[in-house]
Amino acid sequence: MRVVVGQGSCGVATGARKTSAELERLIAADGLGIPVEKTGCVGNCYLEPIVDVYDDDGRLASRYVRVQPEKAGEIVERHLKGGKPVEEMEISQADRRFLDSQKRIVLRNAGLINPESIDAYIEAGGYKAIEKALKGMTPEAVIDEIKISGLRGRGGAGFPTWFKWDAARKNRGASKYMVCNADEGDPGAFMDRSVLEGDPHSLLEGMEIGGYAIGANEGVIYVRAEYPLAIHRLELAIGQARDRGFLGKNLFGTGFDFDIRIKAGAGAFVCGEETALIASLEGERGMPRLKPPFPAEKGFWQQPTNINNVETFANVPWIISSGGAAFGAVGTEKSKGTKVFALAGKIKKGGLVEVPMGLPLRDVIYGIGDGIKNDKEFKAVQMGGPSGGCIPASLIDTPVDYENITKTGAIVGSGGMIVMDETTCMVDMARYFLDFTRKESCGKCNYCRIGTKRMLEILERITSGEGKDGDIELLEELAEKIKDGSMCGLGQTAPNPVLTTIRYFRNEYEDHIYRKKCTAHSCKPLLTFSITEGCTGCTLCSRRCPVEAIRGERRQRHAIDQEKCIKCGKCEESCKFNAILRD
Amino acid sequence: MCENCNCRQESDAGFSALAPVIEKYGSARGSLITILQKAQDIYGYLSLDAINYIAAKTGVKPAKIYGVATFYTQFRLAPIGKNLIMLCKGTACHVNGADLIEEAVSEFLGIGDGETTEDGLFTLNNVACLGCCSLAPVMMVKGADGEETFGNLTKDKVKAVLGEIRDKGLEVAV
Repeated sequence: MRVVVGQGSCGVATGARKTSAELERLIAADGLGIPVEKTGCVGNCYLEPIVDVYDDDGRLASRYVRVQPEKAGEIVERHLKGGKPVEEMEISQADRRFLDSQKRIVLRNAGLINPESIDAYIEAGGYKAIEKALKGMTPEAVIDEIKISGLRGRGGAGFPTWFKWDAARKNRGASKYMVCNADEGDPGAFMDRSVLEGDPHSLLEGMEIGGYAIGANEGVIYVRAEYPLAIHRLELAIGQARDRGFLGKNLFGTGFDFDIRIKAGAGAFVCGEETALIASLEGERGMPRLKPPFPAEKGFWQQPTNINNVETFANVPWIISSGGAAFGAVGTEKSKGTKVFALAGKIKKGGLVEVPMGLPLRDVIYGIGDGIKNDKEFKAVQMGGPSGGCIPASLIDTPVDYENITKTGAIVGSGGMIVMDETTCMVDMARYFLDFTRKESCGKCNYCRIGTKRMLEILERITSGEGKDGDIELLEELAEKIKDGSMCGLGQTAPNPVLTTIRYFRNEYEDHIYRKKCTAHSCKPLLTFSITEGCTGCTLCSRRCPVEAIRGERRQRHAIDQEKCIKCGKCEESCKFNAILRD
Repeated sequence: MCENCNCRQESDAGFSALAPVIEKYGSARGSLITILQKAQDIYGYLSLDAINYIAAKTGVKPAKIYGVATFYTQFRLAPIGKNLIMLCKGTACHVNGADLIEEAVSEFLGIGDGETTEDGLFTLNNVACLGCCSLAPVMMVKGADGEETFGNLTKDKVKAVLGEIRDKGLEVAV
């Protein structure tokens, strides 16, 4: 018997370490001798901390959810000692559906194996694919297998992986590099973090296979510094792989050398762009340069370099083991395989979901995510982060694949899926993303540097009630110019959040500009606070009001002086009777 | 700078902890960011003196180091408090009210983004995304004991968390 506690960042944030320590303490106190292990994120982040109990045959006997430290005793007493599952703490049938309706290739091991143990990875079939490739396949055969699979880059652009590998293979250089982009910079996306934390060896193996295919002997993982746990587990994994001879010289006796090192990024969204990432690897400011030459010709230190995203690499061992055709059988005609999405925002069951390409959005949001928090009305889903766009409720039956999502004006992107309800203001969302891209623009291209700033200023004006006639048209004009006048993907896609919100929610822009109203009741300067009949005259709001705008006799309905009101919302927060109306 | 007198001479004395880092990475090309990260780990921020020291030891121009240090959000040119609050402003957190959480932090500690409390206990930094989106809104607090992430924050919860850290910090100080 063994006990496993989910300890990805999300599990840890909900107290999983304390739960794990408490389990260990209780088990030791009773001398039960049952090991307490850790695993990565299984995906049901909303149920953390999650504790799995495996029976002596290694089968999952019970999965316990929301196990705060104080509940650990129950599991030890009744299950570990008493031999009976604690039914009321077990995962419900409905929550089980969250996982059962997924198809897991990238996340095949996440939440199941101990990410800090190479043995656990090997037991799950790990390092078999690299052995197969090295011993029985030529580099060309590996690339062919990837071509058959139809795998496309999971970082955002969706470029065929085999094509990049083939180009890097054909170019000559003194040395070649296989680089992994683990600088997951999209706000609202955490797919890569979960792979890094939950199954780091699958990334190493994928890079190794890629390295063999293109003829590289060195791999570099560019990982963001904001993911300390991911870096820690990667370091452990690399050390273990070296010790076991899965990294280093003469792998599997075939004469192929390959080693991997980690480079911690220092925080710059633009480094998601290949050429900027390379500049950063070289210790420079992460500014992109013109392509061609492409990294496949002149990349890291001017040598042929191939860059793929974490999720792309994590697919590779599975493809080599199971065959490209098996991968190609999943998904749609042009978008093969699965895609991992980070489902978050106003969703009931948020977490990581991996689904076959082509599944309708509705099935993801309602089927797996169980719909909108507090049963509010679904308004839109944001996909692709700052480079993507908002897909409105009317398009909820859109299949999730590269082509269909691009048609909506959004992009599949790296996999962020932020769900929004009726209380989310779409103009404010556009402002939010422009604020992000404006800060992250590296400044090289004028249109991106100055254009995003001007667009942000207009959006700030609109959300603070000072929008004027012609603003929407000006935004549209600027958007086109920025797309045309920027060199890299950051600038070329930065206007997308504005363009999609104008396309689908033009009425909200018009409400802000002409009626001075925010229909989502979110933009504070456009709100009016008033006190309804529900007021009991408790005086709490008038005491909390920082500008003494609320007057009224005790036990009598109060009133807000609109001239004085600064719309801070303190009255609404303090009211215990729901008697403050925001309009 | 020399710490022994007022001569204001360049001196290596203040950077003994940094010397092994430069020894290890100084000659490897492309290591500037790594050196700056290690320097910041040691001193908490990159002082002008530290930048000059690294420049002198590696031969990289100070202007270039400054350029790199100001390009990336991770690097700080001013000291920070004992606890660094990294308040997530990712999309999921934004949708779930990260602005309200920032308001609460500001109300409770009297500091805004990038500022440090007078007692030197807290610095507030808004960050792009911590990747714990399903627990939004989220913040990470990095203190002497490592970092801890707090999720599903409310205005009251964030104040309680910070209050606890402050009380602990003051106890140690006494």
